[in-house]
Amino acid sequence: MSSYARPSTLADALSLLAARGSVPLAGGTDLYPGAGAVLAGDLVDLGGVDKLRGISGGGQRIGAATTWSEIAEANLPPAMRALQQAAVQVGGRQIQNMGTIGGNLCNASPAADGVPPLLVLGAGVELSGLAGTRRLPLAEFLLGVRQTVLRPGEIVVAIWLPEASLRGISAFSKLGARAHLVISIAMVAVRLVVENGRITEAAVAVGACSAVARRLTGVEHALIGAPAKDAAARVHIADVAAALTPIDDIRASAAYRVEAATELVRRSVAEVARRAVAGVAA
Amino acid sequence: MIRFTVNGAQVAVAAPPGERLSEVLRERLGLRGTKVGCDAGDCGACTVLVEQRAVCACLMPAGQVAGRDVQTVEAQTDTLTNLRAAFLRHGAAQCGICTPGMLMAAVDLLNRVAKPDEAEVKTALSGVLCRCTGYRKIIAAVCDAHSNPELIPATGPQVGQRLPRIDGAAKVVGDNFGADFAPSGVVMVKAVRSPHAHAAFHFGDLAAFAARPGVVGVFIAADIPGRNTFGVIPAYADQPAIAAGKARFAGECVALVAFEPGREDLTGFPVIWQVLPAITSPAEAEADGAALVHPHRPRNLLIEGRVQRGDAAAAMASSAHVVQGTIRTSFVEHAYIEPEAGAAWMEGDVLHIRACTQAPMLDRDDTAAILALPPARLRIIPSAVGGGFGSKLDVSLQPLLGLVVLKTGRAARMVYTRQESMQSTTKRHPAEISGRIGCDAQGRITGMEFDARFNTGAYASWGPTVANRVPVHASGPYFTPAIHATARAIHTHGPVSGAFRGFGVPQAAVWQETLYDQLAEKAGLDRLQFRLLNALRDGQLSATGQVMQAVGMRECLQALQATWARALAEAVSRGHLKRGVGIASCWYGCGNTSLPNPSTIRIGITRSGDLVLHQGATDIGQGSNTVITQIAADALGVPATAFRLIGPNTGLTPDAGKTSASRQTFVTGRAAMAAAGALRRSILRLANAADTALIGLQSHKLIISEGTLRREIDLETLPQDHRGYAISAEESYDPPTTPLNAQGQGSPYAVYGYGAQMVEAEVDVALGTVRLIRITAAHDLGRVINPTLAEGQIEGGIAQGIGMALMEEYLPGRTDNLHDYLIPTTGDVPPIDSLLIEVPDPDGPMGAKGLGEHVLIPTAPAILNAIRHATGASITRLPALPHRILAALKGPE
Repeated sequence: MSSYARPSTLADALSLLAARGSVPLAGGTDLYPGAGAVLAGDLVDLGGVDKLRGISGGGQRIGAATTWSEIAEANLPPAMRALQQAAVQVGGRQIQNMGTIGGNLCNASPAADGVPPLLVLGAGVELSGLAGTRRLPLAEFLLGVRQTVLRPGEIVVAIWLPEASLRGISAFSKLGARAHLVISIAMVAVRLVVENGRITEAAVAVGACSAVARRLTGVEHALIGAPAKDAAARVHIADVAAALTPIDDIRASAAYRVEAATELVRRSVAEVARRAVAGVAA
Repeated sequence: MIRFTVNGAQVAVAAPPGERLSEVLRERLGLRGTKVGCDAGDCGACTVLVEQRAVCACLMPAGQVAGRDVQTVEAQTDTLTNLRAAFLRHGAAQCGICTPGMLMAAVDLLNRVAKPDEAEVKTALSGVLCRCTGYRKIIAAVCDAHSNPELIPATGPQVGQRLPRIDGAAKVVGDNFGADFAPSGVVMVKAVRSPHAHAAFHFGDLAAFAARPGVVGVFIAADIPGRNTFGVIPAYADQPAIAAGKARFAGECVALVAFEPGREDLTGFPVIWQVLPAITSPAEAEADGAALVHPHRPRNLLIEGRVQRGDAAAAMASSAHVVQGTIRTSFVEHAYIEPEAGAAWMEGDVLHIRACTQAPMLDRDDTAAILALPPARLRIIPSAVGGGFGSKLDVSLQPLLGLVVLKTGRAARMVYTRQESMQSTTKRHPAEISGRIGCDAQGRITGMEFDARFNTGAYASWGPTVANRVPVHASGPYFTPAIHATARAIHTHGPVSGAFRGFGVPQAAVWQETLYDQLAEKAGLDRLQFRLLNALRDGQLSATGQVMQAVGMRECLQALQATWARALAEAVSRGHLKRGVGIASCWYGCGNTSLPNPSTIRIGITRSGDLVLHQGATDIGQGSNTVITQIAADALGVPATAFRLIGPNTGLTPDAGKTSASRQTFVTGRAAMAAAGALRRSILRLANAADTALIGLQSHKLIISEGTLRREIDLETLPQDHRGYAISAEESYDPPTTPLNAQGQGSPYAVYGYGAQMVEAEVDVALGTVRLIRITAAHDLGRVINPTLAEGQIEGGIAQGIGMALMEEYLPGRTDNLHDYLIPTTGDVPPIDSLLIEVPDPDGPMGAKGLGEHVLIPTAPAILNAIRHATGASITRLPALPHRILAALKGPE
């Protein structure tokens, strides 16, 4: 038989989760599809743990059970604009009101909307289990399709963003065959810091074009030092392709994905650079 | 116990905390206004508010609402009252299955923004899918919800007025669909389905499974008492209700299990599969030595349809210009938001089956044969239908429910999952079409060669109709002196292809209308002018040799001319954004192809003065309840509100045929006009009054007035007639058609409808994406019965055409859900201008023609023609996904 608990402290949650058969439950949006009328397993509802909720430190800490709507509605620095743009494109409003950023990471879909914006912010994740707490970069947390480093009984407690990466302006865009409720063919997040008309810091990430979303280090290197106004011309398809391992699937061909990702990176770079030069934050 | 507040009332439920909130609301609290379309958060039909925020009730554990406030569509608030009124005013509810979700998503928005603009509404509603309306009227209704205009009752002639739909009030509070009625003491029925496209199977220890706690019974093909075969066309019926020994497509039912409610669990069901090689394409199926899906159908050919007139090859040879091409289309899923559902029970010795359907009489006859019941012992009661579009013409769960009731002696209920619905019901036929079209130096069409091959899937369903209808329509609405058109329906181990809005004609139009653009170009003519030059005219012969009448094709094209000129002038490209304009036409014969399809309507007035319309045309959202009533009202001479409707029920209403082939307004409309006219004549005869007299009803008295003269007939003094009325009439109508001969010559339809649509689009040539800017649709309806409903059909048909053109591709086993199978959302349907043209048809009721399928036909080719105009790229494979468009931009595929 299944059970349900809604602990109010992290300690209680972790001791419940240590039991065999326990299932952490946050927004539920990835657990219910495919299930019957009742979720199986001993459910540990994390929604009542204060420590898992909300954004603090000007964006430096995001509780794992913070919903997409809460992220979208928060007052955050322009560097986190990409994350806020992604937040309003995760399903419809119903999903945004329920789904959590931590759940999005743990579900580890190649097309997880939260990952590219967090990658360009150099995000780290804080994991806790009864055995203790550890922190590691997001890129090391995600191992592959539906695979993370989480150990049994361990959960994501928070996402941490280094203060240094909360600089600059970012943008997010995703591409699909319809306007809303899209599982991306490709998605892109770009964060640039522009000083005196030149790019001094560049972070570019692409999702849905590899098992796990990737930073495009070749593209980033090419952008650093470039004049903002013609930065897009520095984005080369070879640098994009080098970081990605796209597949042919029902949504698009692999070759198309590389082309589209390159185009989206160019456009996002151009847009962010233009905003940075113009001093437009949002 | 979980305690929370629903619509202001405290409730306590003994539900498992992990149970879906949707289940708690519907099954434990009886609040079935909240609908379930996917159980995956993909469709938004189950949207409710928790603490004033919209959520999908299907994704929320009951435990999470403890102590919180839940609001559902059953709530009585000012915001909901205003929204409901606006939805009715704008015709925003068609079938009504998405309406509760739309309303609640709108409440979430209006709580934040009192007077939202269109962009805000589109975003706020983007999480709710609608398959009927094309969203435009929903968006307009939400934008307009703050206004509260006084409603003026419609006086004078009812035909032509924007009456709110007669069944609308039920739809804006959460109508009663197939899943929304549960008799007491039911068993829940689950189907065991084949995971393989082609497999032999046998069973292990069924008795042991049947003995499991919670299992009431297990039923297989051998338990079927009658003929284990159904099919919409009796001569081709070949589909088992429960497969016997062999499954021919993935999703086919091989066994049923009846469970006690809440105990449904098919884990470990003892079926042993032997996977067999599957034929997945018509090319494989037609190859030499291919295995046969059905042994009695050589070369896997179900049927070939043909139309031959003149010498097409000679016409090509002597043409000034000839174009040729090939197109390929995909399986398209109907994707109505209501998965099949129903309930069945016994009343005395009569089996009652209440389920969603488009064809109650067909259901009755097929189900009675399967269950070996005389038709009189089976009653089909259609529930409200949450979208059909052709797929709910075939029986689905009706015989399954009936079998369980007969075997267990208990009432039974069955609700398909989204995956089951998509796997097991019919699809639009994938088509491969190739051929040539020629014209003379002036641009007049000289001839056409057309060859279509349709993947008809594992069973016949409506394959014969597609194969017969397509050659008849292959020319499009253009005078074509010489034609050779063939269409083959080929069996594979794919999903069953059946009826889907247009019966193959939309696929043919993609081929023909994209080639006409190329032909116009070769002839040096403007594309609209080319169509005007060739448009069929009264007195000309169609491809089947029928003398055409009341052809409104030129009128539709002429209505678009000003917009066409404006759009061409505005189609200026900027950088990677290329603007284009496309046009395509349609024609479509209303009713069965050369086969009888009568409708009967009964109208009576009781001795107490109750005016009753027995309206057996199933209203699947298209509006027949309202349209038929409007026609009957004018023919009788009373307001539409004077009638009480008795909806389709095989025990209470005479047969109005199936809701398909765009036939209800025309055929049932004619029957309604005849019945109401006969009733009127009887009344006037009783009163000895002239034809022009006015008829009124006051309590149990009929008031007949002529100028200052006034006569009363006290209905209570009249004897009850054999139908139970003081006075009544029943009339039938069957369209006059003639059979098609071996060359496909004859008059297959009495009435045709016409239309043309224009698409303005922008193609992003770097990404291969298409943004639709505006669609202008001119349709000849003969006579507009209800403009709001007509616009709703046009907008909804266009939305499905957009889906077919740009995103919809059903791949068995890969897209059997609503996040991998994409249908248009609020953001995918541009503004639509509907131009309603009236060229009355002498055979139509008050001149009216059908519309329901016509509206989908031109959309996809018009989009492809806009893409080609913008970029020069010809798309020959649908859907035109971004990667396919980008590939086409780089050169021929």
